[in-house]
Amino acid sequence: MTGKVVTIASGKGGVGKTTSVANISVALASHGQKVTCIDGDIGLRNLDVVLGLENRIVYDLVDVIEGRCRLRQAMIRDKRLPELYLIPAAQTRDKTAISPSDMVRLCDELRQEVDWIIIDSPAGIERGFKNAIAAADRVLVMTNPEVSAVRDADRVIGLLEAEEKGPAALVINRYDPAMVRRGDMLSVEDVLDLLAVELIGIIPEDENVIVASNRGQPLALDGKSKAGQAFQNISRRLMGEQVPYMEFDSQNLLQRLLGRKK
Amino acid sequence: MDKTPSFIQIKGIRDGLLVTLDGAAWPELETIFVKNVDERSSFFQGARVALNVGAIELRVAELSALRDQLSERGIALWAVLSESSVTETTAQNLGLATRLTKPHPVDVRDAVEGLPENSSKWIKGPLRSGGRVLFEGNVVVMGDVNPGAEIVAGGSVIVWGRLRGVVHAGAQGDEKAVVCALELAPTQLRIAGDIAVSPKKQGKNQPEVASLKDGQLVAEPWQDLTGR
Repeated sequence: MTGKVVTIASGKGGVGKTTSVANISVALASHGQKVTCIDGDIGLRNLDVVLGLENRIVYDLVDVIEGRCRLRQAMIRDKRLPELYLIPAAQTRDKTAISPSDMVRLCDELRQEVDWIIIDSPAGIERGFKNAIAAADRVLVMTNPEVSAVRDADRVIGLLEAEEKGPAALVINRYDPAMVRRGDMLSVEDVLDLLAVELIGIIPEDENVIVASNRGQPLALDGKSKAGQAFQNISRRLMGEQVPYMEFDSQNLLQRLLGRKK
Repeated sequence: MDKTPSFIQIKGIRDGLLVTLDGAAWPELETIFVKNVDERSSFFQGARVALNVGAIELRVAELSALRDQLSERGIALWAVLSESSVTETTAQNLGLATRLTKPHPVDVRDAVEGLPENSSKWIKGPLRSGGRVLFEGNVVVMGDVNPGAEIVAGGSVIVWGRLRGVVHAGAQGDEKAVVCALELAPTQLRIAGDIAVSPKKQGKNQPEVASLKDGQLVAEPWQDLTGR
């Protein structure tokens, strides 16, 4: 087995990297794939909380790298799915505790055992980001449809190009079709126009995401909500399927009429 | 320096250490350098290093590997000097300096006057946020120049795409320099000593040329200039 390493990065904080890592991992695992997600945000770990696995952490990423435990011991299995594991970040250390070459070594070992390794990059473009992308086969760049997030995504894409990490794929998160129709939000076309990269997913704004994160129950587990479906679609596109983009305009007639009157 | 033969030379300079590698092929030189660092880690700890690699061609993978190895040892690589244009481009892509100090403005001006008129730098776009191009002659970009990117040219700037970043043409005082783009909407536009900010968009986008006329920065549609 040779697993693929996918890193999710954004530059700007708060655009939804951690939530997406959790949900894309869950979605991949729900298709029977063997998935390990790694929290790259050493010192500010969150992925364990979003996945609801916080109370099961014994060893973490830094323990593996510094040889205090075996890789297997740091992989927390998510019991809701057959093959989903989390390697949590250390909370008491910082980004300098590991180096890009440590990540490459770790991922090369993991590749033998799983289909997918999903890495959650910290915000910023410094050491933590460099660690997170060092081993990546693909990088998904996350942005929100707002000017500052798009600006940071552009910078990150530029850095990825300079590091010859191959073409980045774009995920647009917290997309609000109604606001776009009113002309108050950048449209998908506006964002793609500026960034000129391939699109791999659009996730609509959905308050269920916050509820799910607080409960530690990723949305992609039930798959009824729009955002949950969007994550499922991204995971299928990662697996090489052609999945059409969600229709945001086909809301019910009443909403459309109301929207138009404004 | 008895243990290190002529492959590696280390010199203290104002901005840290200047390490010159020479006399062998790349992987060996890298090994020699890293070994040298490991042997004298207390000397190198926390150092800022500029590297002179002579004519050796380095690709991004090689240079970034070295940079990572050095940073693991607490050494910051901040500049790479080379006679090879491949290595220089690589270093620039990785955000490393390729000169030890910025040339004095007067020296640059002399250099520009010595340049043939058609000396241009060709850049394949898009030039993204954080990207910076500094060139004594003209700059041509095939693709967009995104907000957060910066072009400083001694001569004119031509953008075959949307220009939304900061652009400075005639940076050494050439008032005849122009800036043209398929869509001229820079964050800030400077020609010689004049600065202008794009007005808010009105009407359809069309190719435009910005130039200095009687000390005023003006932008005119391309068609008006060629249609005469």
